[in-house]
Amino acid sequence: MNFKNLAQNVAVAASVAVASFTMAGVAEARDQIQIVGSSTVFPFSTAVAERFGQTTSFSTPVVESTGSGGGMKLFCSGVGLEHPDITNASRRIKDSEFGKCTDNGITITEVKIGFDGIVLANAKEGAEFYLTTRDIFLALAKEIPDGNGGLIENPHTNWSDVNPQLPDLRIEVLGPPPTSGTRDAFVELAMESGAKTFPELKALRKEDKKAFKAVAHAVREDGAFVEAGENDNLIVQKLTANPNALGIFGFSFLDQNSDRLKGSIVDGNAPTFDNIAGGAYPISRSLFFYVKQEHVGTVPGIEEFVAEFTSEAAWGPDGYLIDKGLIPLPEADRDAIRGSATSLAPLAM
Amino acid sequence: MTDMAISTAADKQQTEFSARLQKRYAAERRFRAYGLGAIAIAVSILGILLGTISFQGAPAFFQTYMKIDVYFDEAVIDPAGTREERTLRTANYQALAKRGLYEIFPEVTERREKRTLSRLLSSGAYRPLGEMVVNDPSIIGTTQTIWLVTSDDIDTFYKGQIDRETVEADRRVKDNEIAWVDALEADGRVDLQFNTAFFATGDSREPELAGIWGAVVGSFLTLIVTLSVSFPLGVSAAVYLEEFAPKNRWTDLIEVNINNLAAVPSIVFGLLGLAVFLSFFGMPRSAPLVGGLVLALMTLPTIIIATRAALKAVPPSIREAALGVGASDLQVVTHHVLPLAMPGILTGTIIGMAQALGETAPLLMIGMVAFIVDVPSSVTDPSTVLPVQIYIWADSPERAFVAKTSAAIMVLLGFLITMNAIAVMLRKRFERRW
Repeated sequence: MNFKNLAQNVAVAASVAVASFTMAGVAEARDQIQIVGSSTVFPFSTAVAERFGQTTSFSTPVVESTGSGGGMKLFCSGVGLEHPDITNASRRIKDSEFGKCTDNGITITEVKIGFDGIVLANAKEGAEFYLTTRDIFLALAKEIPDGNGGLIENPHTNWSDVNPQLPDLRIEVLGPPPTSGTRDAFVELAMESGAKTFPELKALRKEDKKAFKAVAHAVREDGAFVEAGENDNLIVQKLTANPNALGIFGFSFLDQNSDRLKGSIVDGNAPTFDNIAGGAYPISRSLFFYVKQEHVGTVPGIEEFVAEFTSEAAWGPDGYLIDKGLIPLPEADRDAIRGSATSLAPLAM
Repeated sequence: MTDMAISTAADKQQTEFSARLQKRYAAERRFRAYGLGAIAIAVSILGILLGTISFQGAPAFFQTYMKIDVYFDEAVIDPAGTREERTLRTANYQALAKRGLYEIFPEVTERREKRTLSRLLSSGAYRPLGEMVVNDPSIIGTTQTIWLVTSDDIDTFYKGQIDRETVEADRRVKDNEIAWVDALEADGRVDLQFNTAFFATGDSREPELAGIWGAVVGSFLTLIVTLSVSFPLGVSAAVYLEEFAPKNRWTDLIEVNINNLAAVPSIVFGLLGLAVFLSFFGMPRSAPLVGGLVLALMTLPTIIIATRAALKAVPPSIREAALGVGASDLQVVTHHVLPLAMPGILTGTIIGMAQALGETAPLLMIGMVAFIVDVPSSVTDPSTVLPVQIYIWADSPERAFVAKTSAAIMVLLGFLITMNAIAVMLRKRFERRW
């Protein structure tokens, strides 16, 4: 190894490095749609993106999984090719986020795409659970009403303490961490409606919404609720290994693992496709994506992408998104939303 | 009498001495046993890890295919007879593939049942048909026997990962589908074949179509950028600090900072990349260029430290001898010290690169944790990297992705082992001892 070769190598490497720096200074035009947002919508958004890339002459959109909140932050940060065109969300856009978007000169079109059920499931060989949202609240809340107008630290150790009809098993629930959208939806839909069944908490909600939320959203931290990470597959694996535990995750994971897991019945309704689609199953949320109108026409294919996403072949009851675990909207809603989405109706809040 | 006394005293000393000696030997044996035990535990854990990964990943290297007689109907492919490539490519080949499948089961007539039957095939099974027609338009109007990819459920079933005995409602593959697969198999129309698509295509939402080539190319482009930035910068910094810089408080401060930088969590570099490269310089999101720059920052300290160690290992006599025969300082470094230190430098660089290859955290912030179908062709194309691909697959609900995840881990481990083996080889072959 002599110096000449080395020097040449170094020179080549350095020039490549310099070239890459200078090249980057030029803001490049983008020919593919950029999508960010929720990890729950990610499987659906990617399925549409892939189909869109194959069946049209546009290039396949790039879909990032950043979480609903992270996606909104990126989406609302401005107009221009360095910002994403579409964001997915497993909840509706918040007022604060809408405000930020509007301040940055962004006009949004909201598209609701369907439902996602959140299930409590355990291993096939485990006990049957017939739960109510009240049971869920009593089992998992950090503090529960003591019956005299005050609150006490949750004393329940077994499911049978919560409700004598439930199995005599230790409460052990594996669920997502607070950073997850699934967790947000779970506390909002299951815990809150469970808390509302207590007259004193219902009264508190009328007086002081914040104080009520503090009680209803606080999940116990004494080991009965185990934060099992964002990866739902991991929860599924842990449940098959431990038949006494319950897990909280999205419906599509139950659907894929129906030979190993069974969903608990909540308020008399099993977490089945039909029950979630019909609205009978109580813990289900809507999924959305938001389109930046300023980018329509600048980035090619946005209108066509929206049309593909809202086509019957995708989100209809026999569509390919349904195979991926999406639960469809009722037909009338689909038609209405398709209309407003393809005409890019601006969202007002 | 006195003799006796002396000898007993000596005996006593002797026994005490040998007892102590035994104790020391025993302690040494124990110590060795602990060491051996530690190694055994490490090896067995590694064995379990590699064993489970290979066991889970092996099925992903094979894919279930179904033999279908496809009639290339001109009325469907190219009704106008123009033979234009665009028409040929975008024709409705899915309908042709389905038609071929329906012909095998003429008794299936009801619409819903037909839909279920058509789902034996992957939703992307027809993709090679377009390619075939474009390459050879003369097959239009003929019937060809083609092996097509089955759907992921059929694939997992055929590989024996779905139990027939389970109650039908709890099974993803229903009774009628099993009957069809059995009939096809009896006919010799179902077969496991090596999954070349896994090594040749980009990501897909369908497990049976997903491949790692996009991620491999992304990793390669990213590492090229990382190497071309961090190697020259790192080596020049180290040479200056080691050979030319005066030893004072400033250089001490720089040295401490470089050592600290090596211990900074990698996500911090991602945040830096987001703030500097994306927000300030306006570079594109999800591009290997930015990923490479971020990883270059991360590997710089590793390279600087390794290079300085390698330079230090070159004995001063070499420098003095060169100076003694009239070489300039620059000549001493470039003609003698650097070439002699090169094996050590390269070893450090390769280890740094291997580290960069396995990183995901910093790439999250700059948008490389993304679903990207197209294989990237330049450093500014959106792309992802191998560890990110593993992460995305591990997070997918489809059960067939479990095998894909392990298979991708095997590929990544293969690259890492190769890189480390090259580093070891360089050290063994070229390292000089003085």
